[in-house]
Amino acid sequence: MLRAALLFVVMFLFSVPVMAQETVVAGLSQNRVSITANFDGTGILIFGAVKRESPPPKNATLQVVIEVSGPSGPLTVRRKQRVFGIWVNTDSIEIDSAPSFYAVASTAPLAEILSNTEDLRHRISVQHLIRSVGAPANIANPETFSEALIRIRRKNGLYSSDGKVDLADDTLFRTQIVLPSNLVEGDYTARIFLIRDQKVLDINKTTIAVRKVGLERWIFNLAHQRPLIYGLLSLAIAIAAGWLASAAFRVLRLN
Amino acid sequence: MQIYLPIAEVSVNAFLLLGLGGLVGVLSGMFGVGGGFLITPLLFFIGIPPGVAVATATTQIVASSFSGVLAHLKRKTVDLKMGTVLLIGGLAGAAVGVQLFRMLRAIGQVELMVTLSYVVFLGIIGGLMFAESLRAIRRAKGPHARRPPRRQHNWVHGLPFKIKFRTSGLYISAIPPLMVGALVGILAAIMGVGGGFIMVPAMIYLLGMPTKVVIGTSLFQIIFVTAFTTLMHATTNYTVDMVLAVLLIGGGVVGAQVGTRIGVKMKAEQLRILLAILVLLVCGKLALDLLLEPAELYSIAERGGH
Repeated sequence: MLRAALLFVVMFLFSVPVMAQETVVAGLSQNRVSITANFDGTGILIFGAVKRESPPPKNATLQVVIEVSGPSGPLTVRRKQRVFGIWVNTDSIEIDSAPSFYAVASTAPLAEILSNTEDLRHRISVQHLIRSVGAPANIANPETFSEALIRIRRKNGLYSSDGKVDLADDTLFRTQIVLPSNLVEGDYTARIFLIRDQKVLDINKTTIAVRKVGLERWIFNLAHQRPLIYGLLSLAIAIAAGWLASAAFRVLRLN
Repeated sequence: MQIYLPIAEVSVNAFLLLGLGGLVGVLSGMFGVGGGFLITPLLFFIGIPPGVAVATATTQIVASSFSGVLAHLKRKTVDLKMGTVLLIGGLAGAAVGVQLFRMLRAIGQVELMVTLSYVVFLGIIGGLMFAESLRAIRRAKGPHARRPPRRQHNWVHGLPFKIKFRTSGLYISAIPPLMVGALVGILAAIMGVGGGFIMVPAMIYLLGMPTKVVIGTSLFQIIFVTAFTTLMHATTNYTVDMVLAVLLIGGGVVGAQVGTRIGVKMKAEQLRILLAILVLLVCGKLALDLLLEPAELYSIAERGGH
């Protein structure tokens, strides 16, 4: 038992400098995003440095990819077709999981710096984050549905893949990720990849908590935990506002 | 000023919502329609998720209808007895409508059915009202302008269970108003509207009620049916957005007061022809959406909560 533990420690000591010559040390300008009543999107600065024990290899350039993704959930994507002259939803595909937000920034275009296998293994590109198994057999090309999903979300500012990472002296890097105003609550993940020679050397993972606060939090909780009271309260507000306006106009008309 | 809506989970301009509410409020006060058939598509357009838009629109209709009905009560243009009969039918209809809605959702064609029923109902009603109002205006301009209105005797008057509706000056069976109320209740649940645009013409042409009483009575019934629908949405789908509702209501209640005053100053025929044009415009827009090829053929719908 002791011998085995010792062996493990020795193996660990030897393996560390060999396996991870370069590692990421990273920081975020904020790892909490508070959604307040006047929330209008925010930017997160992601920065860091590359730590290394030995001088960097000369033959391949260091590349950095920074990816932020929001909480995933199931979706239905529908397609319209003309039936009897009108446009109707006909085909649909169930997407098992797709991120509500996705942004990637890199020092060079992803396709040039990352091999397909590495991309697939670490699920870096957004198409690898969208999971859909078992498309119905009667749908000819199901991939057009996930392409449409990406296209629509890109238009809404929820997906982006053209961010730039600044890398200085092969050591310091930084990028700015913009979180739009139509943000969904949940835990967002920021991942930083160090890449050399199309291979991922090191990954750093940080969680960004996106939460509603204050009045937003209170209303959301009430709506989900006490729906009847919430509904009655909404009606009370509606009726009070209706009465108030009527009374105010009566006073205005008398004067 | 941008404001984040806690249930809809989108950020929108607060003044845009106030203006939207105000515009719909004016129309609501003028015509006695809740304005749901206008506000729901407008909310879709500014990017509010459909479920939240439908549910919150009903809350806004409660407020603008309440504000409007108070103004009508003051001038005694609400037939409370008729309103109650319509309401009984309306609540029964809403309960049926909720079940129907669930069935349609299971088939996955709710969106199409809602749009189609909008086009069909708005088209028929708008067309009939437009033609009738034109005739009425032409008559009023002609040499025999002062001809007293002829009381029409149709199948409605042959039915049993007759009730005297003093405010409306009617002595008719309770069955037609119950049926009208039920139809409106079904539509309120399926289409997310108050149903005034169906009820107002039905009261005028089917029940033969005087136009001035019709609007107040319609608003009276709409308050209760939409309040019921709001509670249903809040407890089953959690889709009522209070912040969105408050902003729409803020604009809406003021608009409704203004609208009621405009409505009183206008002639009944003018009021009807304007409502007809409005209904036809919305109908035409929805029909075009169905007929023209959309720019984006695909759409995304979320399943379950986040």
